[in-house]
Amino acid sequence: MLSISDLMVEVGGKPILKGINLDIAAGEVHAIMGPNGSGKSTLANVLAGREGYDVMRGSVTYGDHDLLALAPEERAREGVFLAFQYPVEIPGVTNVYLIKEAVNAQRKHRGESELDAIDFLKLVRQKLQLVEMKEEFLHRPVNHGFSGGEKKRNEIFQMAMIEPRLAILDETDSGLDIDALKVVASGVNAMRQGDRSILLVTHYQRLLDYIEPDHVHVLANGRFVKSGDKHLARELEEHGYGWLEEQADSGAGQSAA
Amino acid sequence: MTAQAVVDYLAAQQRLEPELPAPDLPWLVELRDGGVERLRVAGFPSLRDEDWRYTNVQSLLKKPFEMGSIGQCDVDAAFVSRTAIPSLECHRVVVVNGIPIPHLSDATLVPDGIRVSSLADLLVSDPGRLEPYLGKNLVPDPHGFTAMNSAFLGNGLVVEIAPGQVFDKPLEIIFVASAATESTMAQPRNLVVAGKGSRLQVLARYVAIGAQETLTNVVTEVIVDADAHLTLYQLQEESKNSFHIGGLFAKLRRGSRFDAFAITLAGGLVRNDLRVDLDGAGAEVNLRGLYLARGRQHIDNHTQIFHNEPGCISHEHYKGVLDDRARAVFHGRIVVQPDAQKTVSEQSNQNLLLSRDAEIDTKPQLEIYADDVKCAHGATVGQLDKEALFYLRSRGIAEETAKRLLIKAFANDVLLAVSPDSLRDHLLTRVEMMLAD
Ligand SMILES: Nc1ncnc2c1ncn2[C@@H]1O[C@H](COP(=O)(O)OP(=O)(O)OP(=O)(O)O)[C@@H](O)[C@H]1O
Ligand SMILES: [Mg+2]
Repeated sequence: MLSISDLMVEVGGKPILKGINLDIAAGEVHAIMGPNGSGKSTLANVLAGREGYDVMRGSVTYGDHDLLALAPEERAREGVFLAFQYPVEIPGVTNVYLIKEAVNAQRKHRGESELDAIDFLKLVRQKLQLVEMKEEFLHRPVNHGFSGGEKKRNEIFQMAMIEPRLAILDETDSGLDIDALKVVASGVNAMRQGDRSILLVTHYQRLLDYIEPDHVHVLANGRFVKSGDKHLARELEEHGYGWLEEQADSGAGQSAA
Repeated sequence: MTAQAVVDYLAAQQRLEPELPAPDLPWLVELRDGGVERLRVAGFPSLRDEDWRYTNVQSLLKKPFEMGSIGQCDVDAAFVSRTAIPSLECHRVVVVNGIPIPHLSDATLVPDGIRVSSLADLLVSDPGRLEPYLGKNLVPDPHGFTAMNSAFLGNGLVVEIAPGQVFDKPLEIIFVASAATESTMAQPRNLVVAGKGSRLQVLARYVAIGAQETLTNVVTEVIVDADAHLTLYQLQEESKNSFHIGGLFAKLRRGSRFDAFAITLAGGLVRNDLRVDLDGAGAEVNLRGLYLARGRQHIDNHTQIFHNEPGCISHEHYKGVLDDRARAVFHGRIVVQPDAQKTVSEQSNQNLLLSRDAEIDTKPQLEIYADDVKCAHGATVGQLDKEALFYLRSRGIAEETAKRLLIKAFANDVLLAVSPDSLRDHLLTRVEMMLAD
């Protein structure tokens, strides 16, 4: 479903991603771990189409699309969803308005009619329950004044509403308390079905206890330096990244499965 | 150019003077003569005047505007119903080129407690009701345009609200600038007197009809008596062929409240002067402004608030969205006089620039002569938030839609304080429509 090949990305002339290879098959869950500043968010943002990144080399194929050629909104309508590491506050636009526009944009793209008010509300209630969010959040401006944890929940709520084919979650677990982590994880697990693929960026083994990945990759200094199964995450928890980074500095980056 | 315009307009005034209402009423003659004299001496403003540094009126002064009459007007019932705000329940008065049109108005249906009169009629039938107020709020005339309005004083609308009367239904006044065959000028002088403890919302709309250019040089004087609460929505929706020079001069007495909205959605060249005098202890004024400009529109808001007495409150919040080569000016002057202890004053001006060529000159000016005051002011100029734009697009919302959403979100908070809902919804829709095309 997603195939990244030899992706090199610069920001303002500075190389950040230095040859990324990654294949995610339909229905798989991949986790990316790695030290601060290694390029995890950069990868997530490039996939979602954020401006300010210069792709110097390589390609990203998503289904039969050249993903990098699509505008961010086109990617979203094709089923790519990014849960932001730092969700943006938008004063003056209510959450429910955003969600409605977003859902209808998807539906329109698929040639479906807009949801009527009653069906929409039914769906909203159901998904709010999934992430244990109060209805009042619907009528507040997007993320405005939300606590860190509430923002992250709101990302998962949006994801649940939009039902993407490829969900990229950038540190959705950061800043969550234990209970919220469970809620978010079960929200994600509920979404884990059929051919939906998920790319998780996280620093913590903890999240992976709840959402079991099929593959784990370690990103260091713009390259994948190791890939493995869920047990790799536990190793990292014990030994840190140091041993891998040394490897990366001495040799070329390794391809991820 | 300025000098020639002065000569021409003074000559026009001299020709017209004998036909103006109540030509022999001494205080009125004095008022008109004062305007003539002031215009003769001061002339029209130029870029050399500090208060007009960014607003060039040469293009306006070059045009030969004729004083409009209603003879040539094509304003009829159909036009009025087209212009009416859907589902807004209100009392409506239609004024064409400064002259109230009874058969298009339902002024007779206005409940007891509000008197809506033609200024020209009242100057003849009962001038005593006007004498205490007319011209008193602008002594002397601040500039050549208000002076010209005084010189031609005769047409306009008078709204008197009896003491203690409270009204839920707003009074809507539609000022039509009509120029079918030649460039036309109207110089209405309006007066609103809110009696003690009264309460009313007035919606003053400025629209244009006809292919020719229009100049509206309007002066509105407002007196809010003790404990009264007057709300005035001013909505400028004229055309890009319109010049609009508007003066609003309000005096507030003890414990009164005045809420004024200046919403500019159209007009080629717009200059609004707004002066509020807080003349009684505990009075409160809330000024809100919204200007949306594109093309080569020019919108200038000059506001002044005078805290003359203790314990008064002023809130001022203006927002602007500028696209293309549009230009806007905001000048907000706040004066806190030595006696005005315990003043609370807050002012902001926020601007969103959508193009590189758009320009805003914003200047807050605080002059504080009392020591026990709480004052805050700030001005911002910014572009659309790129992060927010990406966030919306990443949810599948098209770039143009997302931009519109963000602009609307920026502009709308000025309108949230508008009531009734039908009026607010109309304004929100108008803003949305403007952004859509
Ligand atoms: N707009 C930018 N301008 C300059 N440098 C940038 C920009 N965006 C990212 N970088 C740099 O790129 C590198 C990778 O950043 P990125 O946000 O992808 O890291 P990360 O792996 O997500 O880190 P973290 O775990 O802290 O979230 C960092 O050194 C960062 O400073
Ligand atoms: Mg990151």
